[in-house]
Amino acid sequence: MARVVVDVMLKPEILDPQGQAVQRALPRLGFDGISDVRQGKRFELEVDGPVDEAALARIHELAESFLANTVIEDFTVKVEEVAEAVK
Amino acid sequence: MTARIGVVTFPGSLDDRDTQRAIRIAGAEPVALWHKDKDLKQVDAVVLCGGFSYGDYLRAGAIARFSPVMESLIEQAKAGLPVLGICNGFQILTEAHLLPGTMLRNNHLHFICRDQKLRVENDRTAWTSDYSAGQEIHIPLKNIDGQYVADERTLDELEAEGRVAFRYLDVNPNGSLRDIAGVTNEAGNVVGLMPHPEHAVESLIGTGRTDGLPFFTSILKKLVNA
Repeated sequence: MARVVVDVMLKPEILDPQGQAVQRALPRLGFDGISDVRQGKRFELEVDGPVDEAALARIHELAESFLANTVIEDFTVKVEEVAEAVK
Repeated sequence: MTARIGVVTFPGSLDDRDTQRAIRIAGAEPVALWHKDKDLKQVDAVVLCGGFSYGDYLRAGAIARFSPVMESLIEQAKAGLPVLGICNGFQILTEAHLLPGTMLRNNHLHFICRDQKLRVENDRTAWTSDYSAGQEIHIPLKNIDGQYVADERTLDELEAEGRVAFRYLDVNPNGSLRDIAGVTNEAGNVVGLMPHPEHAVESLIGTGRTDGLPFFTSILKKLVNA
């Protein structure tokens, strides 16, 4: 079994009001020197069977059509091997 | 025979009954449609109403866009079926790529509920012919994911083609680019807007104005004359 991680972030040119709200709170909490915060989403997909090229292609399609809205968001797909690693 | 206008109920829809009521007041017959049915019951037009379909998890409207009823609706909207998306319905239409752009969280991050002034920019759509271009109306607005965004090229295209259907006046309540409150597709059969015309159809209720009623009389007139 493997885990595939899809990270979704707002595109750089899109205003991220949630990230800004977090960033504005930082000085109040005593964290200085952080000039920008952007908030994204992380999806962890547990995949049955091998994560071969076909499986990755399907996950890519899933990310593009559903997990991310490509009008405003970019995404990355990466494989994280878990438990019984490749022998 | 009177026109039959479908209203889809998703889990989390809130304004289905108000929308049905507005349709009835305009003189058409509302038809309840269920998100799990592919069957559109041969309605003459469809309204996707406000609310928080599937809890707005993932993104507003993103999960509803893949419900069985939307399969039929997307196909028929492309073939010319009139579809109006109000608030969450607008979000669903953008997620389905029937309308351009998308909605972000309001720029101030607060849920907003106010009587909103709008200008009708396009009176040639299936849902706006009973208004005149340039007309100023007041209808209620209530949302948290109402900030309309699209890339510059898309915005320029929308402006050039007259597809900005409504613009916010006096106050931009959510940071929407170019004060856009609603847009239409190229053919003018699909229209989406954030404010709620179905909440402004009776003088006894709410703000006392009936500025939202022309949406429903516009479509009725179109269907009856068709």
